Amino acid sequence: MKKVMQGNEAIARGAWEAGVKVATAYPGTPSSEILQEMTQYKEVYSEWSPNEKVAVEVAAGAAVAGARAMASMKHVGLNVASDPFMTLAYTGIKGGLVIVVCDDPFVHSSQNEQDSRNWARFAKVPMFEPGDAQECHDFVKLAFDVSEKFDTPVLVKGETRVCHADSPVVTGERKESAMPLGLDPKVASKYVMVPANVRVRRPIVEERMKKLEAYADKFKYNKMEINDKNIGVITSGAAYMYTKDVFPNYSYLKLGMVWPLPKKMLAEFFKKVKKVIIVEELDPFLETEIKALGYKVWHGKDLIPNMFELTPEIVEKSLKGKAYKAPKVRVKPEDLPRRPPNMCPGCSHRALFYSLKKLGTFVFGDIGCYTLGAAPPLQAVHSCVCMGASIGQAFGAGKALGQEGLGKVCAVIGDSTFLHGGVAPLMDTVYNKGYSTTIICDNRITGMTGLQEHPGTGYTAKGEPANMVNYPDLARAIGIKNVRTIDPYNVLETMGVIREELNRDEASVIVTENGPCMLHRREKRKFQYPYYQIDVDTCRGCKACLEIGCPAISWQEVSEADSMTKDGKKRKGVVSINKTICPGCGLCQQICKFEAIIPGQA
Amino acid sequence: MKENNNVITNVLLSGVGGQGTILASNILTEVFLGAGFDVKKSEVHGMAQRGGDVTTHFRFGKKVYSPLIKYGDVDFLISFEELEALRYINWIKDSGKVIINEQQVLPPAVNLGQAVYPPDVEKTFKKFFKENVRVIKGQEIAIKLGDARAANVVMVGAFSNFFKFKEETWLNALVGLLPKKIHELNIAAFKEGRKVL
Repeated sequence: MKKVMQGNEAIARGAWEAGVKVATAYPGTPSSEILQEMTQYKEVYSEWSPNEKVAVEVAAGAAVAGARAMASMKHVGLNVASDPFMTLAYTGIKGGLVIVVCDDPFVHSSQNEQDSRNWARFAKVPMFEPGDAQECHDFVKLAFDVSEKFDTPVLVKGETRVCHADSPVVTGERKESAMPLGLDPKVASKYVMVPANVRVRRPIVEERMKKLEAYADKFKYNKMEINDKNIGVITSGAAYMYTKDVFPNYSYLKLGMVWPLPKKMLAEFFKKVKKVIIVEELDPFLETEIKALGYKVWHGKDLIPNMFELTPEIVEKSLKGKAYKAPKVRVKPEDLPRRPPNMCPGCSHRALFYSLKKLGTFVFGDIGCYTLGAAPPLQAVHSCVCMGASIGQAFGAGKALGQEGLGKVCAVIGDSTFLHGGVAPLMDTVYNKGYSTTIICDNRITGMTGLQEHPGTGYTAKGEPANMVNYPDLARAIGIKNVRTIDPYNVLETMGVIREELNRDEASVIVTENGPCMLHRREKRKFQYPYYQIDVDTCRGCKACLEIGCPAISWQEVSEADSMTKDGKKRKGVVSINKTICPGCGLCQQICKFEAIIPGQA
Repeated sequence: MKENNNVITNVLLSGVGGQGTILASNILTEVFLGAGFDVKKSEVHGMAQRGGDVTTHFRFGKKVYSPLIKYGDVDFLISFEELEALRYINWIKDSGKVIINEQQVLPPAVNLGQAVYPPDVEKTFKKFFKENVRVIKGQEIAIKLGDARAANVVMVGAFSNFFKFKEETWLNALVGLLPKKIHELNIAAFKEGRKVL
């Protein structure tokens, strides 16, 4: 059957057809849809794992038991999962194990721009790189066979323009794996990675790489296209798509498998074409390796940028140089007002950050929608590194500052992120006698990546009711004595509680309650009024309510005739509230000193 | 372009999150795939972007490689919002065709009185693209039909006039993508859009 599919959907479909039995993931752009799509297949156990390390371990356990298993994640997710991943390269697998890792060139929604191909070389495992949805489907399917044939985990690399691009896919049917399920204690030496066994496995890893190199030369998705013999391009994935589009007449060696490299095929290609250009996104990964083999490369990273994503325009401009003719500029886009990302109207994070800003504390933030608290006008987040880092950093800053820092340091972390990587640093905070305050802003779901369940929501990936982590109980069990809950929409109460805990010379945890994500249908907060509106005669246009950056609130200049309030105060403008998007959270109403924001009627 | 005469048509859809660019591009995908073309479509997902700008690149031809349109190569710009049309004006070929929905969604800086919404968007487009610019009251038509959200389908209806497919080809694609209870509204929206251009 031929159907238009998104790359991520095709990855899930390919894995399903390959007989995958266990699929795990932690959500992260641009990988999240893989597991979301997988949940529709009843033959597959699909889970949102608390983090990527757990996801890979669960999948690896299933593989040791003989099942085909897949873990998917964004590029930085593999950093978290790198511990099991690096050693799984030694143990090998039994059932096929595929790890899908999706890069984010240009950092559309991430904290860094690392190139995941480096993991393949580092861990000594093969990596496939599809360039469109059909290839996603086909490569993932084949990855399971290669995994079992060579007894190795296989990496499949996605990226934004592959994961989130749609194109036609010819699908097939599911074929169950022929491998019998079961655990065999007799082969423990293969899986018990103690030094004596590691020393046995270590040479096997090298031998396997040799075999995979030979296989790469026969790999059917490493393709040579000989056209103009003067110029040959070595490329892969999305970079191939862009280059082929702009320079259809060049010759190509398109690598479907980017590690290890097909040495015979490279030799043949260099013989067939006069000059070789390497076009790859991010690091000079292929270029470095190909140059190390002794080949003369005409152009590579001397022309192609080594950061941000490629586009057809960038490839053309880079390779044509002065011969490139830029399209004419009719309007300067930098003169147009932008639409930067913002928290939704009514979001509980906005209320929390308003309070934090008023308190003037330094906020170690974390990964999630609430990172948007760093943007103007709130600017209430002052650090954001990786999942869970807020808590360790706040604790560490407190240790450095001593009594000087008391009352000035806190960590803000979302519910999903806390469960992902926040529990261990919280334990450290209390165990090693820190004083920092950890605020868990619990919006009842993984928000930024599109509402995925996690161990704190009470539901599984497939929507079945499940255990629900109780954050205050968890904090107490770790040893935190000061555990408070707040209603983030109540600014005075929130500020009061946070101030008390910030000034306490002991670790504390504050959990926000009844502040579910505004996009979450299952758990909606009922606000007292349907919306708020401006009492135009009273509004002084002081702009205090603009400090929260709510998309529903706007300010306009007034004409001379309107330049007085009813009590005779001069004003330059007035505020208005867009009632179609105001959910009535009431934050602005608490800020207005002149009682100019009043409840609206349904 | 010499290689086997592979002519690609590039359609850029732009708008503001929530305006339905994705449904519109899905209709195009179904129609052109059904007509035997290779198709590719790409949109930016990212950080929570309610109210953010949204673009979809849609390409069809004999064999489409890149999921992204090359800057300057747009054949058709379908824009659901005036400022979001202007943002991509440099992307369009001189011979390109433009359909703009007459609607302004004010960006934050304009809301805060820090920037001005660009005036005379239609005039600016007409200066460069002359009669190839059409501004359509998609929003107004959709509201008359009962739901402002159908403006995207009005736009698709207008766009459909550039191709020779029968009306039912478009309607079949539309109906296949939407739940039954909104079929009637969207069929009407499509037909109205097809009439205005």
